[in-house]
Amino acid sequence: MIRHVWALAGVLASTAAAMALAIIVVDEETRQILTLREYNTRIVVLGTTLLGAAAGLIGTFMYLRKRAMIGDALSHATLPGIAIAFLFVGDKQIGPMLLGAAISGVIGVLAVIGLRSIPRIKEDAAIGIVLSVFFGIGLMFVKIAQQTHTGNQAGLDRFIYGTTAGMIKQDAQWIGATALIVLLGVIFLFKEFRLICFDQQFASSQGRSVLLIDLLMMAMVVLTTVVGLQAVGLILVVALLIIPAAAARFWTDDLTLMTLLAGAFGSISGFAGAIVSARFVNLPTGAVIVLAAGCVFAFSMLLAPHRGMTGTLLRRVGLSRRIGYQNVLRALCEMEEEFGEGIRVGRTSLLEMRSWTGSTLNRLIRRAVRRGDAIAGPDNRVGLTRSGRIEAQRVLRNHRLWELYLIRHADVAPSHVDRDADLVEHVLPPETIRELEHALAETTQIPPSPHAQGAVP
Amino acid sequence: MSTTGTKTSGDTNTVTDAAGSLSTHHDPRAPVSIHDMTVAYHRKPVLWDIDYAATEGRLVGIVGPNGAGKSTLIKASLDLIPKASGSVRIYGKPYKKQRKLVGYVPQRESIDWDFPASAVDVVTMGLYGRMSWWLPPRKHHKEQALHALEQVGMADLAHRQISKLSGGQQQRVFLARALVQDASIYFMDEPFAGVDAATESAIVALLNELKARGKTVLVVHHDLQTVREYFDDVLLLNMRVVACGPTKDVFTHENLQKTYGGKLTLLVEAAEAIARSVRGGP
Amino acid sequence: MTWTLGDTYVVIIGAMSASACALLGNYLVLRKMSLMGDAISHAVLPGLVAAFLITNSRGVGAMFVGAVIVGLITAVFTQAISKFGRVEEGAAMGVVFTILFAGGLIMIRQQADHVDLDPQCVLFGNIETFYSDALIGTIPQAGVNLAVVLLLDALFVMLLYKQLKITTFDPGLATSVGIRADIMHYALMIMVALTAVASFEAVGSILVIAMLIVPAVAAHLLTDRLPVMILLSVTIACIAALAARVYNVYAPGVFGSGIQADTSAVMAVATGILLVGAIILAPERGLLSQALQRIRLALRIVQEDILGLLYRQSESRRTGSPTSEAEALLGNAVRGLVARWAVYRLRARRLVKVDHTGSGQVALALTDKGEARAARLVRSHRLWESYLAQHSDLPLDHLHMPAERVEHYISPEMVDRIREDLPEVDLDPHGREIPPPDAES
Repeated sequence: MIRHVWALAGVLASTAAAMALAIIVVDEETRQILTLREYNTRIVVLGTTLLGAAAGLIGTFMYLRKRAMIGDALSHATLPGIAIAFLFVGDKQIGPMLLGAAISGVIGVLAVIGLRSIPRIKEDAAIGIVLSVFFGIGLMFVKIAQQTHTGNQAGLDRFIYGTTAGMIKQDAQWIGATALIVLLGVIFLFKEFRLICFDQQFASSQGRSVLLIDLLMMAMVVLTTVVGLQAVGLILVVALLIIPAAAARFWTDDLTLMTLLAGAFGSISGFAGAIVSARFVNLPTGAVIVLAAGCVFAFSMLLAPHRGMTGTLLRRVGLSRRIGYQNVLRALCEMEEEFGEGIRVGRTSLLEMRSWTGSTLNRLIRRAVRRGDAIAGPDNRVGLTRSGRIEAQRVLRNHRLWELYLIRHADVAPSHVDRDADLVEHVLPPETIRELEHALAETTQIPPSPHAQGAVP
Repeated sequence: MSTTGTKTSGDTNTVTDAAGSLSTHHDPRAPVSIHDMTVAYHRKPVLWDIDYAATEGRLVGIVGPNGAGKSTLIKASLDLIPKASGSVRIYGKPYKKQRKLVGYVPQRESIDWDFPASAVDVVTMGLYGRMSWWLPPRKHHKEQALHALEQVGMADLAHRQISKLSGGQQQRVFLARALVQDASIYFMDEPFAGVDAATESAIVALLNELKARGKTVLVVHHDLQTVREYFDDVLLLNMRVVACGPTKDVFTHENLQKTYGGKLTLLVEAAEAIARSVRGGP
Repeated sequence: MTWTLGDTYVVIIGAMSASACALLGNYLVLRKMSLMGDAISHAVLPGLVAAFLITNSRGVGAMFVGAVIVGLITAVFTQAISKFGRVEEGAAMGVVFTILFAGGLIMIRQQADHVDLDPQCVLFGNIETFYSDALIGTIPQAGVNLAVVLLLDALFVMLLYKQLKITTFDPGLATSVGIRADIMHYALMIMVALTAVASFEAVGSILVIAMLIVPAVAAHLLTDRLPVMILLSVTIACIAALAARVYNVYAPGVFGSGIQADTSAVMAVATGILLVGAIILAPERGLLSQALQRIRLALRIVQEDILGLLYRQSESRRTGSPTSEAEALLGNAVRGLVARWAVYRLRARRLVKVDHTGSGQVALALTDKGEARAARLVRSHRLWESYLAQHSDLPLDHLHMPAERVEHYISPEMVDRIREDLPEVDLDPHGREIPPPDAES
């Protein structure tokens, strides 16, 4: 728990630092906005920040349940409800429109579920069908509403594109209430959500009603989407559900932390989007919020140490290099076992032992020499140094113990073996290691290495 | 090679050598040779230090417990998943240059059987590589496909939509496709999984047909009882190559124990019994 | 209102755009990449705006270049994010297209003064404004664009038919016969982007999704053959275009003028209605024919149950064992509408006759033909029970129900096979006689 608090504190502190820096550096007008002096700005910033937080929190579970794009169908499917509500009550009141949006959104989600159950209609097609056909129905009613009402279309436009310009206290209250509900829901249903995200079948075998949990989750998503429509518009609101959660996933495997991070990322995006669009003219807030979230995503994807691209790439290269290096040491050590300590081996015979190219081998040997593990003579022959020998024997022993373990405990081995990362001692219990070592000593012929030896130096 | 050739029998290396395997990197005559291959999912190695070379014109069973990396071995050989180290050669050259020599029969579940195509359509796809780019399949292509379907006993169902075929029949369609594809090497991922007796015997007949044509076939196989009956060579796999070589030498109690663990399963016992009866039989 | 030449124009443009989309949509649907259509059609917005900004015109060239670039960006980024970032593909699309779309919206708003581009039109399409009666005789640029793209799509689908088919069905096989699945993927994505751009004036960038996906899904429900599916999807697309215009021209006359709507929106709804029709009416898989099949099966089972019960009744009379159980069951079975209809059918097929007993009660009895038929049913039922008793550890009193269900489905060959398996058995596990084969002949 402490760890989570620290991580979250880190995120918020760095945001605060960035803001402070911005306030010091930037011009008067931006400072005005950043310090939230205007009542209107306060409303808008508060509203979008809370919206981002709510969407990030609940979006985490949608994302992990691989339902991210259902949110897209849901948001597009709200249009018929909005238009019909507009047709009957006009755009004076927000309540009926949100209610209409929620009802037709839910119908849209149910339609996706119904279509998906028909043989030959896959989930992706069901989502595409619902979002486009419902949107078409919505547009028809929008047109009809415009023709019967003389009223302007601005009220409807703000649902499609989203605008925070006209956001009033009431709207912010709606969003605040939603954020509170989502927060409480996530806190109290966290166990259940975790369960169905991880393993639905296990959840139902535990006597939990998956349907009920799903419905509660979906209800929160509908609520968030509907109140978010005005701020970011129905085309882009799905971004708030997906992007913060996807960005948070890069940083951690821990669900609690991921949920908190997604909420933080969402609110940072909402905050930054509102500030930037308030500062410059002619910027649609919804789009700016999405771009802000996109920046957070790109940053996370590239730089997050855990699952980010750079980290993954570095680890992959590191793994290959480590395997290569260990292979050189092993090869030299195996040669010594066969032909006596201190033997110098020609590169050609090393080259034949494994499938490395000449340049790879040369690089590996150069590294070994640099680290003082090997010496290369003028005749292009390579041998181990004293320290290199100790290291090589350690690697070889570790490797052979793992191989022995695989042979003698083949039934349990695959789930335990992580040869590269760990020394045997860190993974296996001491008595197993003693048994293996005993077996290793017993074999006069060294435990079989899968590679044929015998190239003469 | 000479140093290890003198080892006592039962030793893994001896068996490896019996299969005509490796002291130099890759034997250009070997249909498939895998050298020094390590595959890791994320950081966890699932296959390590795989060295293997198949002998031309043999039926090879790849056998091992769940999670032993059998399918991974095939997929990594075909560049479908990345390797952490090592190399694979098809007749001495990388797979990229030899694609046309290799036929792959994936697991049945990996395909969307709702696809609007009939059995003969699917088999004809195996011939696409030899047709001109723009033109539709010619009559003789269709005939070839029909002939292949006949060989697997599916002639009556040639024009049925593939989702209306049973699991075993779908598998036979795949094999007919492999037949027309006329590759030199086939990788088959669990073709015997969940098929009926008729299909099983059709598959066996087809494997022998391919062998008679001089093809090399590597088959991921689950059923230990039939290994001796079906395969000339066997590759026992459990993250590493436990043993490989001619079935009669390699498919031993001791090696199975090394592959499947200390506690012998009933299945292995049964396989042993069959092995004994086959050896003692005519 | 009456139909004018302008309406014909609108239908032709709409049908061209819908057909172009439907052609490609088949492959999107079969590849389970419908959402890629969704993503690309949203994502072309910034490409369009950028092209307009740079060339300051609606020229075909710039538009198409912009579309191709954005289509590729969407496809490549989605792949990269899902592969390197290990993000699920649907979510990766969601990330990419919302960001691109947001960028497009900002560009439009920022450049509103410089660009002659109405976001309403880009998003929702507006055929009417471009093809009014006033324009008859001129050939609108958008129409030319559409015709070119439709032609390209048709050539793409026809000439690369084999390649598209094999890479869609089994990319692994495609690779091993020397057809690059990844190249076909990107080619398809580029064509989708081109088509979405050319269609945006006709149907708008959101409703284009309806044209891409819905006709193809409907066609897939109706046929088992790919060429037929492609033709059907195009037909459905054209019908939708025609129906939309017909609605807009004639519906106001019927329901009042307020009911008129954008043709593009009505087109999307029309495809939806056609899809619902396909779901209900499709042969074999349709809801209607499945319901009929179920009813037919239920009726057959009721008929066969009555035959079986009558057989058992007469059997217990012969052997003198208590009949109450069988009679009670029979009594239950023949009550109700379904049963009456079943008895009517059985009598019509001369399997059952009605005996009038003295007390005015009506009793059913088997005819000779019915007797033989019933014997066969009871035989397969009891053989199956015996088979199960032999081959599983189910307790005996649980046996009746599985056998009851299975007897209606197993074929005569299977009964013979079971008989071969159980050559010695004459009595079923309940100790009743198994009727001999083919008492009929």
